[in-house]
Amino acid sequence: MLMLADKLTIDELASRIPDGAKVALPPDYAYCSLTAVRALIRRKVKGLHLVGVPSLGFQADMLIGAGCVDTLETAAVTLSEYGLAPRFTAAVKRAEINMMDATCPAIHAALQASEKGIPFIPLRGLIGSDILAHRKDWKVGDNPFAENDPVVYLPALKPDVALIHAPIGDKYGNVWVGVRREQMLMAHAASETFVTVEEIVDGNLMDDLKMKAATIPGLYISGITEANKGAWPLGIPGGYNPDHEHLRRYVELAKTDEGFQQYLEEFVLEAAAEAAE
Amino acid sequence: MKDVCLEEILIESIAENLDGLRHVAVGASSPIPGAAALLARSRSNGKMRVSILGSEDNNFFSDGGKEIFDVAGQGRMDAFFLSGAQIDGKANVNLVSVGDYEQPKARFPGSFGSGYLYFVVPRVILFRLEHTPRTLVEKVDFISAPGFSDDNVYRPGGPYKLITDRCLFDVDKERKCFRLESVHPGHTVDEIYEQTGFEFDLPDGTVPETRSPSSETLEVIRGEVANEISEIYPAFAARVFGIDEKK
Repeated sequence: MLMLADKLTIDELASRIPDGAKVALPPDYAYCSLTAVRALIRRKVKGLHLVGVPSLGFQADMLIGAGCVDTLETAAVTLSEYGLAPRFTAAVKRAEINMMDATCPAIHAALQASEKGIPFIPLRGLIGSDILAHRKDWKVGDNPFAENDPVVYLPALKPDVALIHAPIGDKYGNVWVGVRREQMLMAHAASETFVTVEEIVDGNLMDDLKMKAATIPGLYISGITEANKGAWPLGIPGGYNPDHEHLRRYVELAKTDEGFQQYLEEFVLEAAAEAAE
Repeated sequence: MKDVCLEEILIESIAENLDGLRHVAVGASSPIPGAAALLARSRSNGKMRVSILGSEDNNFFSDGGKEIFDVAGQGRMDAFFLSGAQIDGKANVNLVSVGDYEQPKARFPGSFGSGYLYFVVPRVILFRLEHTPRTLVEKVDFISAPGFSDDNVYRPGGPYKLITDRCLFDVDKERKCFRLESVHPGHTVDEIYEQTGFEFDLPDGTVPETRSPSSETLEVIRGEVANEISEIYPAFAARVFGIDEKK
């Protein structure tokens, strides 16, 4: 008898992510669980340390606007074609969040160190940048195998939680992520992974070798929630498109504190919004 | 044939600098570099690979977000493109903020992969389509990626050219500064001096005009390249080439 995954409601999932947790999130072009982000805002989570793998988008902007975030560790916060992330920009200008600016491969590499259970990993680049100057947790050391070859050492980055979305999972907690393999890296590196999936399918994804190659084993998954359209208003590659009209409306409203509150009330906090999840 | 436009001159000028390369990668928010890479590939007789972030048709990576950086770190990427909110006379790039870092006057998305790719990709072509003293500054407020490094720092990569909406600069690696290479049609050297916040060198003799694409090249840009770039940048393709935006 194979071990079954913890099947959670979306609010149960949100309650398993504690205040102050270090939470790794994928970028907007991967598989993002906006349904879980809304549930986190409803449960008034506080003090999150968000890790962008390697960048963040709408998920971070909403969580920042709702006052859920203390620290941002990311290579960027971008809404791509929709423009600057309004709540992120406002919070940084008011010095309301602790910024840990990074560069994309530093985040990937530090997660790989955690994945391997090693204490640090060296990375080329960065020397002479202000990214490095502001990262007190990164060090420049010697290449032990060469003379006079400085290299940056990054401590392993171990998120408390990886929060991801995916097209399909099964009752054993196996989760198919397709070509979005950074989501597999996130699951390997984090202490716990919570996932929402469009559909929990019958059978075992590991039985089909074509699926297995792109499937996170249930070993890493602490809880799974079925959430049809769980990425909305973002899309999922190969599934549905982003809701451009809604995203443009978000960006317009989120330009002001009042507008953002209106957005939250209409799409996140209202009973109707909750029931729709 | 319709008159040549600025975007087409930039596409041709960038493409010339990609000639003979094996793998050209294009990052986010880069429609003109993307089109230039596709033009260079079209002229390479199948000898060039192009990967474009955000594309389904032109993105062959299958090992997650880290792969493009691993590829670059190994020397399997010959050219990449970087822009910046500010670029300075030492080719430092700022993608982070203006003013004090802790409480900035303006904040941009962030450094993305620049703090790494600028060090390891041999030909990094800088592009900034707003050439003013506000963007091309004497000294950037935040160094996302430095233009040059001390001799003991591993640095196979770095700046190769800087292209703007007014001109093309070459990079003098010895003197660690830019040298004006050509001025786009309709612009003048005096104007470049006025609109540039950093000091730069001049070439020997008169400054040439940036070459416009030939009519054969224009056909390729307006045909095959325009169609391919519309997959990733529909609004750009509609504005510049009149390609209908697909829903």
